[in-house]
Amino acid sequence: MRPGSAWVAAAALGMAFSVTVRATSEAPPQAPAQPPVIEGHGGPPPPGQPTPASPQTPAPRPAGPGGGGPGRFPAQQRPKGDPEVIQRGRGLFAGACGPCHGADARGGQLGGPNLLRSELALNDKDGELLYPVIKNGRPGTAMVPTALPDPDIAAVIAFVHDLHSKIGGQGNPPPGDEVELDIVVGNARAGEAYFGANCASCHSASGDLKGLATRVAQPKALQNLWVSGGRALARGGGGVRPVGAPRTVTTATVSPASGESVKGTLLRLDDFMVTLALPDGSQRTFRRAGDNPKIEIVDPLEGHRALLGKLTDANMHDVTAYLVTLK
Amino acid sequence: MRTPSLVLTLSLLAMPIGLAGQGPAPTTAPAPSLDPSRLTQPLAEDWPTYSGDYTGKRYSALTQVDRTTVKQLSLAWTARLSAGNGAGGGGRFRFGGAPVIVGGSGPADLPAVPANVKGTPLMINGVLYVTSPDNAWALDARDGRELWHYFWRTKGSTPIANRGVGIWKDYLFFVTPDNFFVSLDAKTGKERWNKEHADFDQQYFSTMAPIVVDNHVIVGTGNDIDSPGYIQSFDPETGEIQWRFYTVPMKEGDPGLDTWPNLQSAKYGGGHPWLPGVYDPETRLYIFGTGNPIPAYTAGRGEGDNLYTCSLVAVHVDTGKMAWAFQTSPHDMHDWDSAQTPILFEGTIDGKPRKLVSTAARNGYFFTVDRVTGEHLVTTRYGMATNWAKTIDKKGSVRRNPIKDPTVPGALTSPTSGGTINWEPPAYSPDTKLFYVTERNGYAIYYLTDPDPRGSMGLGGKEEVAVGSAGNFLTAIDPTTGKVVWRRPYPSAGGGFGGGGGGGLLTTAGKLVFAGDAGGNFVAYDAESGAPLWHSRIGNVSNAAVTYELDGRQHILVASGDMLYAFALYE
Repeated sequence: MRPGSAWVAAAALGMAFSVTVRATSEAPPQAPAQPPVIEGHGGPPPPGQPTPASPQTPAPRPAGPGGGGPGRFPAQQRPKGDPEVIQRGRGLFAGACGPCHGADARGGQLGGPNLLRSELALNDKDGELLYPVIKNGRPGTAMVPTALPDPDIAAVIAFVHDLHSKIGGQGNPPPGDEVELDIVVGNARAGEAYFGANCASCHSASGDLKGLATRVAQPKALQNLWVSGGRALARGGGGVRPVGAPRTVTTATVSPASGESVKGTLLRLDDFMVTLALPDGSQRTFRRAGDNPKIEIVDPLEGHRALLGKLTDANMHDVTAYLVTLK
Repeated sequence: MRTPSLVLTLSLLAMPIGLAGQGPAPTTAPAPSLDPSRLTQPLAEDWPTYSGDYTGKRYSALTQVDRTTVKQLSLAWTARLSAGNGAGGGGRFRFGGAPVIVGGSGPADLPAVPANVKGTPLMINGVLYVTSPDNAWALDARDGRELWHYFWRTKGSTPIANRGVGIWKDYLFFVTPDNFFVSLDAKTGKERWNKEHADFDQQYFSTMAPIVVDNHVIVGTGNDIDSPGYIQSFDPETGEIQWRFYTVPMKEGDPGLDTWPNLQSAKYGGGHPWLPGVYDPETRLYIFGTGNPIPAYTAGRGEGDNLYTCSLVAVHVDTGKMAWAFQTSPHDMHDWDSAQTPILFEGTIDGKPRKLVSTAARNGYFFTVDRVTGEHLVTTRYGMATNWAKTIDKKGSVRRNPIKDPTVPGALTSPTSGGTINWEPPAYSPDTKLFYVTERNGYAIYYLTDPDPRGSMGLGGKEEVAVGSAGNFLTAIDPTTGKVVWRRPYPSAGGGFGGGGGGGLLTTAGKLVFAGDAGGNFVAYDAESGAPLWHSRIGNVSNAAVTYELDGRQHILVASGDMLYAFALYE
């Protein structure tokens, strides 16, 4: 039987107000997904929600990852070049153009402009703009004529177009080599002291956090996890809950002026309604009018939220440096 | 048991279809004949431009719906908008729909983006003009019936939103995501002409509602890649360009060039004027906000102020020449544009009556400036949790604390890159003398992922993880002091993660403020106290409500995605 039917049946029998409510230690019923507020450009999704491919685009069409696809931008819509020619162009570019423009075309030590955003390069359809500049140079600038034969110039142009086709939405650059960045820069001893003073009333290194850094091996994910209190689970806020990560369930006790108090998982709260999920899987909604009914909310993340306003970046890095030692 | 209920459902469904199909589908709207001088009048029966009038107040003089009568506010009609070229349009009453007029040069097989109304409908002489990216509709403002539907076949681009149309006499103007500036005959929806106003190859995309001032139609650019922002003025008859104003230096000798490492950096520096500005007929100044510098989050644009990004800028509407500029946040590092529509109002500061302009910026700070001279008067923080600033300098600009820039080990910063406010328009009431704005207090850890000293491009080079919030509010500010007078929380079960204020605000002489809360309710708040007085749960509100009066009846019109809801007092 569906939970909804159980509730309807209970209500029909007049049992609704006599249901005994246990404290919910079980996994709560899934809260009805709140459709995200669609914002202007920019901004991460709320924690716990996966990062949409493009946060505010109602129906994003995928960018053609290598050109020739049904991308939304001209550089992605151009027919894809011959991979062998592109590969040859990459090598030629690195040798002939890289010293000034950078091997990745993002500009180089000698001051050559970033070709990923160059108006000329972006507007070029089939070499009609790029070829004359590569062939003849630009008098009065450091752009000198090249001795490359025409097929090589064509390969260089194919490489540049291929790079452009990989520019993402919102101007995200083409993927480059993955750079390993160490985010653990804090002082573990200072972090342990901070933990003792601010976190130890709820958490313990030998208790709930034992083996934390084994369960969450990536330091960045660990930092996101502990700062958010478990809501930001992975890159971008979404992802899978690491094994053993605490479940955080906000509960509430609703006490009407007349009638029994009801306790459950808080599913909805606005100025007009409050809805609880009850242990039997049903939901119960109360109309709000000023202070009636009284609502007492227990949010286990209250402490984490309060911490956001006082945690310095140095504190944060120190605590992370300490927590990564809890293998 | 199943069969009878199915029959009942079908017969219920058939009723409205039958009613809507009784007459021939209309193909024309009454002539709007909006004389541009009408736009300088106080806002009442009509809603003839993006913000209602030129001041940006979104304040209507209508009083039929007030703090007492609002309890009787009831649904007058709904309409569902169907984007694209399918099924002859007509929304939910398909058989009564108007033919779709198709323009644009894009491929025929690109599916339409679903309708999502995130702009301001205009209402003139009984007709509503509503948009969604690539689509414009004329609807009967009395019952939402479709009069015509124009669909633009796009070449591509980023269809995040369309903020609405502009109207000059009988001509209607709007922009498409692939950067066409399109003029339609407002009566029939037939295309008059289209002009490419920004370069699609450079990944510009367009969202702004055109603003009509006399014989000028003003349109601004949007783009997240590294191209320069600008506004242009067009001739409403011919679509010829009258002038173009770049928000960043484009050549040697341009003002502000010394705030960039070089011309190359400035020319690719962003500063897009995403949203409509306001206009002061006395000085003939068009005043608007500019976007953030690009690359948004990384190195690559020196240590200078990056003028005129994140600024309030005033240009002469006849020449496009800059009269003054005030920078809200030099060298922004978080994609916090200051493109929000500002508000013009009169106020007294230090005992002296002043002509003022205020803006509540995405970065969590509030600013008031003399709108004639550009003299700075007020800077305050309205984002309760905002923590990125080091100082307010002598000019009133807010200078960043570089440790709150995206860093490799992460910086815990408020607001999120979505901002304390984003595009959603604020409102001002001359009755309460309060400036109303949505205030969001999210925190994010900003990680620098591209430490290359050349910088990244666009919005690249960072990873942002939202980690919590100190709450979202409907916030009332005294704009002459910048002090927050009250905050009305948008409660949510998510423990401070909720939304609220999506779409923006409307205020009226009935001493009400209309907004969407975090629970999917469209709410009327008391403009003096912020107490909620009436609500209807229509889903997430996606635009700022507008109000208009027809046949002596005040309507409040608001959108939730592809649905329009018109409310009026129950009769």
